[in-house]
Amino acid sequence: MTSDILITLSLLVWLLPLANFAVLIFFHRRIPRSGDWLATSVVFGTLILSFIILITKLTVYPEQVLQAVYRWVDFGNVPGFGRLSIEIGITIDNISAIMATVVCIVSSLVHLYSIGYMHGDIRYGRYYAYLGIFTFAMQGIVLTNNFLLLYISWELVGLSSYLLIGHWFEKKSASDAAKKAFIVNRFGDVGMFIGILILYATFHSFRFDTVFNGVRSGVLPFGSEAWLTAAGILLFCGAVGKSAQFPLHVWLPDAMEGPTPVSALIHAATMVAAGVYMVARTFPMMTADALLVITYIGTFTAFLAATIAIVQTDIKKVLAYSTVSQLGYMIMGLGTGAYTAGFFHLTTHAMFKAGLFLAAGSVIHAMQHSLQSLNDNQTDAQDIRNLGGLKEKMPITFYSFLMYTLAISGIPLTSGFLSKDEILAGTLVFGKMTGHTIIPIVAFFVAGLTAFYMFRLLILVFLGKHANEQRIEHIHESPAVMTIPLVVFAVLSFFIFFSFNPFNASSGWFEHAVERPEFVVPASVAAASTAQFEGVLHGMHTPAMLISLTVVLIGIALSFGTYYWKKINADALAQKFSWLYKFLYNKWYIDEIYEAIIVNGTKVFSRILGWIDSTIVDGVVNGVAKLTVGIAHGVQKTWKLQSLPAILYIIATALLSLYIGWEAMLLFIPDTSSVLIVIEYGILGLAVSALTFFLFYKGVGGFDTTIIDGVVNLVASVSGLLGLVVRRLQTGKVQTYILWVLFGVIIFFLWFS
Amino acid sequence: MAATLEWLKHPGLQHFLIVGGILFALGLYAVLTRKNGIMVLMGVELILNAANINFIAFSRYSARALDGQMFALFVIVLAAAEVAIALAIVLNIFQNFNTINIDEIDKLKE
Repeated sequence: MTSDILITLSLLVWLLPLANFAVLIFFHRRIPRSGDWLATSVVFGTLILSFIILITKLTVYPEQVLQAVYRWVDFGNVPGFGRLSIEIGITIDNISAIMATVVCIVSSLVHLYSIGYMHGDIRYGRYYAYLGIFTFAMQGIVLTNNFLLLYISWELVGLSSYLLIGHWFEKKSASDAAKKAFIVNRFGDVGMFIGILILYATFHSFRFDTVFNGVRSGVLPFGSEAWLTAAGILLFCGAVGKSAQFPLHVWLPDAMEGPTPVSALIHAATMVAAGVYMVARTFPMMTADALLVITYIGTFTAFLAATIAIVQTDIKKVLAYSTVSQLGYMIMGLGTGAYTAGFFHLTTHAMFKAGLFLAAGSVIHAMQHSLQSLNDNQTDAQDIRNLGGLKEKMPITFYSFLMYTLAISGIPLTSGFLSKDEILAGTLVFGKMTGHTIIPIVAFFVAGLTAFYMFRLLILVFLGKHANEQRIEHIHESPAVMTIPLVVFAVLSFFIFFSFNPFNASSGWFEHAVERPEFVVPASVAAASTAQFEGVLHGMHTPAMLISLTVVLIGIALSFGTYYWKKINADALAQKFSWLYKFLYNKWYIDEIYEAIIVNGTKVFSRILGWIDSTIVDGVVNGVAKLTVGIAHGVQKTWKLQSLPAILYIIATALLSLYIGWEAMLLFIPDTSSVLIVIEYGILGLAVSALTFFLFYKGVGGFDTTIIDGVVNLVASVSGLLGLVVRRLQTGKVQTYILWVLFGVIIFFLWFS
Repeated sequence: MAATLEWLKHPGLQHFLIVGGILFALGLYAVLTRKNGIMVLMGVELILNAANINFIAFSRYSARALDGQMFALFVIVLAAAEVAIALAIVLNIFQNFNTINIDEIDKLKE
C-alpha cells in the first residue's frame, strides 16, 4: 500500500462525518428513521478505514511521517512582510493514526448507543447531524499538519460542542451551559490564536514541521527565548480552555446538561482530548519554563477536581470532575516530560471514560423509565442518593462499570494501571530532576482520591439497597444497542490491547509507536532530554507502582469502609468539617468568584457604556433638536408667522429689499470713500431696504393669499392625487420596497448597457 | 463535457464572478422571500459576501495590489457592526410587535 492511498483514506476518515452532517442536517426528515442508520454505518466505515491506516502505518511506515500539502492561498509578495502563501494539509504520524482510531472507536460506539438512548427524541435527526460535524472537527485537529487548520477545527469543535450541549435548549440550564462552554473556551482560544500569530510572524508558515525546523535552526520568535516560552504558554492557553484545566475548567461540569452519549463523546474522544493532543503535538517546541507552567496547572487541576468529585451527588457531575482530574493528570504527564505516558493515558482514558459515561447513561435511562411508569416527575434520576442496589437489575451495566472503575483507579491488569503508573513514574523523575517534589506527592494523593470517589460512586449506585422499593421494580437492563458499546469499552479497558506485559507497558506496541520527540528549543532553555529522562525513569517504575498501588488500595478500602460497611459515618464527618464540606460541595466557590468578578464586572462596564450612550450622546443629539425647536418657536412667536409659504415670501421680500437697498447705495455713494461715508451711505441703503420691505409686506399682502397660496394649494392637490395612486404601491412591507428598488436597478442597467 | 471539465480545472476570474453571482442571487432571494427577519439579515450577509468575493477576485486578476482585499476587510468589519445593530433592531421589533415576521409589520404604511 503506497502512502498516497493512506493519505486518501485519512481524507475519507476526516470528511465522511462531514458528509454525514451535510446530508442529515438538510434531509433528515426525508430519510427513514431520521438517518441514524446512515450516520452510524458511515462512522463504522471510517472506523474500519482508521484501523487500516493505523495498522499500515505501524507495520509499513513505522518511522516516517506521511504528509500531503496543498497550497490553499497565495497572496504573492506582500509589502512589508514578504511572500505570503498559506499551505494546509494532513499528516499521518504515529500519534495522529492512533488518535484518529480512538476518535473513530468512541464516535462509532456513541452513534450506536444513541440509537437506544436518544430514541424518540424531538430533534433526533439533528442530533445525528451534530455528532457528524463533531467527529469531523475532531478528526481535523488530529490529522492536520498546520496550526491554521488546527485552529479552524478547534473552533468547529467549540461550535459543535455548543450545539450538542444545548441540544435540549428548551431547558434554561442547558442553553446556559452551552453558552458557558462556548464563552469560557473563547478565553483560552484568544491566547492560542495570539500564540499561533507569534509563530506565524516569525516563521511565515503555519506548518508544524516548518516551525519546529525553524526553532531547531536557531530562529526564535522576535529573536528571544522568552518569546518562545510565551508562544508555548499561549498555545497551552487553548488547551486550558478545551481540556478544561484550571482556571477555565468551569464549563465542563455544566456541560453535563447535554445528552449523556454526548458527554461520553466530549469527555473521551473529542473536545477535551483535543487540548491534550495539541500539547503533545507542540511538545518539541516547549521550553522548560513553559513545561513547568503546564505541569503545575495540570497538577493543580487534578487535585482540585478530585477533591470536588468526592462530595458531588450527581452521577454525571462526579464523572465530569473525574474527567477534569484525569485530564490534569495527562497534562501533568506531558509537562513533566513523560510524553508517552501522557498520550498513553489519553488513549486508555478515552476507552474507560467513554464507557463510564455510557454506563451512567444506561443507569439514568433505566431510572427515567422507572420514574415515568410511576408518574414521578419530582425525583432526580441522576442523584446517586436516589440510586443504589442496581447490581442485580442491570448486570451488564454493573460489570462493565466495575471494569471501568478498576481501570480508572489503576488496578493491575487494566489499561489504566499501565498508563497511570507511567505518569506517576514520570512525576517521580521530574521531582528528582528539578526538585519540585510537590508534584509527585500531589499526583500520588490524587491517585488515592480517584480510587476513593470512583468506588464511592460504584457502591452508591450499584451496591447496597435501593432508595425506593417501588422504583427498583420498574428498572430493567438497557437494550442491546446500549449494552454492546458498554461491553466493547469494558473489553478495551484490559491491558492486553496495549501491552502483553500487564505490569510494564514499555515492551508493548504502544510505547514503541509513540516515542518522545526530541526538543527543538535551544539547549539552554530546554527541559531534560529524552536520554536523561529515560535514564532516571528506569529505576522509578517499581517504586511508582508500589506507592500507587498502596495509595489506591487505601482509597478503595476507605471507600468500602465508609459507604459499604458504614464503619465510618460520612454524614457525621461532613457535619464535623462542614466548612470543608461546603467548600468542596460548592466547587471551591470558583463559579461564584467568576460571577462576582468577571460577569458582574462586565455588567458594570456595559452599564457605564449604556449610561454614556443614553445620557451624553443622546443628550447632545436631543439638545441640538431642542435648540432648533426653541429657535423656531422664538421666530414664530415674534413674527407671528403661520405657514411655510409666508416665511418663504418674507425671506424672499427681505432679500429683494436688501438687494434694492444695496443697489441704491452703490448708485449714490461717491468715489471718495472714507469709513464714515461708507457707514453713512450704508445706513441710507438699509433705510431704503426697510422701506421697500415695508411696502412689499404691507402693500402686496394680497399677493400672498391669492397667488402664493394658490400655487401651494395646486401643488398640494396634485400631490394628493399622485398620492392616491402611489398609495397602492405603499404596502408598508419592507420587502415590497426592496422589490421596487430592484426593479429600479434593473431598469438602470437596461438603460445604460 | 471535456471542455467543461478543463474549464473547471483552471479557475480564473470568471469562476469567482460566477460564485459571487450565485451568492448574490441567493442572498437577494432570501431578502425578498423570507418571512423571518433574521433570515432576511442572513440574506443581507450573503449579498455582502458576494460583493466581497467580487472585490477580491477583481483585485486578484487586475494589477491593483491589495485594494480589493482591503475593501473586503472593511466590508467584513462593517458587516460585523451591522449584524450587531440589526439584531438589536430585530430585538426591539420583537418587543414592540411581538413578532419578527416582517409580513406582519407594515406600520410604514401609516
